[in-house]
Formats: sequence, structure tokens, C-alpha cells
Amino acid sequence: MNITATLIGQMIVFTVLVWFIKGVMWEPILNAMQARQKRIADGLAAAEQGLQNEELAKQAAIDELKKAKTESAEIIAQAQKRASEIVEEAKGTATEEAGRVTTAAQAEIEQEVTRAREGLRSQVASLAVTGAEKILGKEIDAKAHAKALDELASQI
Amino acid sequence: MSGFEPAISNPVEYIQHHLTNLSIGGKPESITDFSVIHLDVLIVSIILAGIFAFFAKKVGDNIDPDNPGPLQNGAEMIVEFVNQQVQDIFPSADKMVGPIAITLFVWIILMNAMDLIPVDLIPGLVAGIYGLFGGDPHHAYFKAVPTTNLDTTFGLALSVFVLIIYYNIKSKGVAGWLKGFFFHPFVAKGTGAKIALAIPNLLMTLIEEIAKPVSLGLRLFGNMFAGELLFLLIALMAFSVWAMPGQVILGSIWAIFHILVITLQAFVFMLLTIVYLSLASQTHDDH
Repeated sequence: MNITATLIGQMIVFTVLVWFIKGVMWEPILNAMQARQKRIADGLAAAEQGLQNEELAKQAAIDELKKAKTESAEIIAQAQKRASEIVEEAKGTATEEAGRVTTAAQAEIEQEVTRAREGLRSQVASLAVTGAEKILGKEIDAKAHAKALDELASQI
Repeated sequence: MSGFEPAISNPVEYIQHHLTNLSIGGKPESITDFSVIHLDVLIVSIILAGIFAFFAKKVGDNIDPDNPGPLQNGAEMIVEFVNQQVQDIFPSADKMVGPIAITLFVWIILMNAMDLIPVDLIPGLVAGIYGLFGGDPHHAYFKAVPTTNLDTTFGLALSVFVLIIYYNIKSKGVAGWLKGFFFHPFVAKGTGAKIALAIPNLLMTLIEEIAKPVSLGLRLFGNMFAGELLFLLIALMAFSVWAMPGQVILGSIWAIFHILVITLQAFVFMLLTIVYLSLASQTHDDH
């Protein structure tokens, strides 16, 4: 039970051992454990982030779908509107065309009637002359009765 | 074994023989005799330090953060445990406190664990080797447990004492540290009261500071020496064949109980070291 020079030896051994342990074991292990801790924390954070992103993506998909639905409904409505417009337009055009055709036909009829009347008128004179000649039994000078004939023709 | 029979027949000599160190420079003359070196203490503690260092190096070289092997797992467990203690007690610890604490803890456990080796095994081997080389086995001494030696425990305690002073100066400066001796633990307000309390304060602080390493060293030494002595006393029961079962039973019980003492004393030494260093790093304004 004495203090001897061994004391100094033990102190030196202790100092060297502390220095050695610090370098070869303590720091590498602590670093490794800290790195692992950080990686685990990062991984958990990434998983959390991923879940959040998934949620956001879902929301975005739902929004997109809603938008698409709205748009398609709009497009359909527009198309229907356009279709009815086209039908209306076609109706209008058809009516117009029909009116035009009718007018043209009427004009033609009018023309035909006039022409027929003209033809009749021109023939009335000769018919009247021929009729009169038959009745009278003699030739009639058309020029002499031109005034009466014209009057007759105009009455037709 | 020729050195065995007479020892048992003479219990006093047996115990004294086991309590004598293998030394260079003869027997220590006084309480402190720096001309003597206890070789056995140095050899065993250096071998144990070497074993610790070897495994530490092995672990440190093969660190795999993702797939730790059994050795790394064990080392991580100890490192994490010690680091937790340091973090709890001394949150502002610098990078040296952890390695100091783990070295104390593991090295003291290893040295204490030498107590579990049968008390006659290593001395018997040494006596046999000594006899082979023509020496007298009766004078072959070997005390296998370094911590049953005051040199080891005070070597560690004084190292801690030096560290306490270092951390004191580091946190407060030399002037601040010396000032602490005069103005604590009794804090006075007025100048007169300060002067009056300076001497009591100095005495109190001196006692407090010196008690730290002394209690550290003596606690470990006392526990381990008592344990060793009890193992020797139990071993004495081998004087008769009829007492052998008693020796086996008592020895087993004491060895099992001693496992607790071994780890507990190492833990207490480490814990108190952290506490002392933490206290040393507090400035007086923290109180």
C-alpha cells in the first residue's frame, strides 16, 4: 500500500490510451452513428415529402379531371349551339333560296303569260280579219281597219 | 505446485504473499517511494490497455455504418452509453471528455475483471515459470489486479485531477480559477465580509478540490482490494477437503456479486469524472 513510480507509468498509459481510443474508435464510431442518424432522418423526411407529393399529385389529378370535365361540357354546349346555329342558318338559306326560286318561277310565268298574250294579240288581228272575211265574204284590208283591230287586240 | 502447500498451512504468509507485488527496486520503504516500480501492475494494465486498443482499432478500421458486425454493435453500445452520460451531465463537453470517460470505463472494467481470475492461477503460473528458471517459487510474487494497487487508482485519479485543473483554467482563466478559491462556497456581498470569508473559503475549496481525486482513488482501490482480499480468504478454505464445497459455493457467490462491483466501480469512476469536469467547466456566474 504505497505510492511508487508505477503511478507515473499508469498516468502515461492512461494518457496514451485516451489519445489512441479517441482517434481510432470514439470519433469514427460517433461519426458513423451520426451519419446513420442523419440518413435515417433524411429518409423519414423524404418519405414524408413523398407522401405529401402524392397527396398533392392526387389533388392535382382531381383538379385536372374536374377541369377537363368542365371543358368538355363547355365544348359540347358550344358544339350544340353551333349545330343549332348551322341548322338555323341552313333553314334561312333554304327559305331564301325557296323565295328566290319562287320569285324566278313567278317572273318566268309572268313572262310566259306576257309572251303568250303578245302571241295571242298578234294572232287576234289576223283571226278577226279572217273571221270577218268569212262572215262578210270579202277581203278586208287590214290596214284600213287597223285602228279597230288594235282596239280589239288590246282588249284581250 | 510446490509453492502451494506451505501457503495454505500458513494463512498469514499465504495472504501476504498474494498481496506482494512483483517489483523492481525492492520493497517500498515509505508511503511514497518513487524508486520502486511494480512490474506486475504495469504489465497487466498495459496488456489490458493493449487488448482494449486492439479491439478499438479493429472496430475503428472496419466501420460499416449500414451493416454493423457484432463487434461494432458492442462498441457502438458502449460508445452510445458513455456519450449519453456525457451529454446528460456535461452538455457543453468538448471532444476530449467522451474519450476520457470511455477509456476510464472500459479500462477499469478490464483491470477490475482480473479479480475474477482465480486468485492462485496467475501467481501459480508465475511461480512455476520462476521455478523453471531456477528461482525460489516462494519469492515469485505477482499481484494480478492492477486496481488493487494504489498506484493505478491514484494514477487515474491524479490524471483526472490534472484534467479538472485544466478545465478550470480553460473556462475561467488562471485568475478566475484562483479567485474561485477565495469567494466560494461562502458568497459575501460587502468588501469586509469578503475579506473575512476569504480564509474559510480557501480552506473549504482546497479540501473540496483535494477530496475529489482522493475519494476517486480510494473508492476504487478500497472496493477492489476488499474484493481481492475476500477472494483470498475464501481460497484459504482449501486448507481441508471438507471445506472445499464451502469454498466453491462462497467463491461462486462472491464472484457473481463481484461482477456487479467491477462494473459499478468503473461506472462510478467514469460518472464522477464527468461530473467533476463538468463542475470545473462552470463559471461561477452559473451558480
